[in-house]
Amino acid sequence: MKFGILVNEGPYTHQASDSAYQFTKAALEKGHEIFRVFFYHDGVNNGTRLSVPPQDDRHITNRWSALAKEHQLDLVVCVAAAQRRGLLDANEAKRNGKDADNIADGFRISGLGQLIEAGIQADRLVVFGD
Amino acid sequence: MLLHTVNKSPFERHSLQSCLRFAQAGSSILLLEDGIYAAIQGTQFQPLLQEALNDKKVYALLPDLQARGLPSEKIIEGITLVDYGDFVDLVASHSATQAWL
Repeated sequence: MKFGILVNEGPYTHQASDSAYQFTKAALEKGHEIFRVFFYHDGVNNGTRLSVPPQDDRHITNRWSALAKEHQLDLVVCVAAAQRRGLLDANEAKRNGKDADNIADGFRISGLGQLIEAGIQADRLVVFGD
Repeated sequence: MLLHTVNKSPFERHSLQSCLRFAQAGSSILLLEDGIYAAIQGTQFQPLLQEALNDKKVYALLPDLQARGLPSEKIIEGITLVDYGDFVDLVASHSATQAWL
């Protein structure tokens, strides 16, 4: 079965990103396909490569990046939500005259249409938030 | 039939009450994250859960119960404990999932 995952909450806030990750991992282990993971609202903060959590804590962003690499996941960050919160890739940084970008490996910035497409293409859309 | 997910404590939000007001007979409810506090015996929400159990299935995510140091014996009778793999199966076996955020 094809799953779409929507993450509406930032990392280290409550538990949405952790639950979404554990669900995604369990679905992959059961042989399901993850059509896309879409990060919206504060959820875009899951995609910054500049986060440095304590060493004995889980690294939420790196964990997503590693899972994406292993399973070729499509991790999409909403562009409008990302720009408001200072999450940029090289293109967006250049376009907006910023001196740096901060998107993590395996994440890409795109529009809300990608969430709609996930809703249409996936058999189930599962929402995690607060 | 729908799978409803509730991830906040009923002591903090009204999402469980909203969910139970709208959930149809035969549907399923999964309590996860702080939502699992609703599954504990002896709180003011026990009658509400017991009424729901008459015509709905209620599940609670065991890893979230354990993360909060709550023993599984404290769970209201009739609620089924599940892991993340079961969560995936529940999503797959219901027509859609509604998250009561």
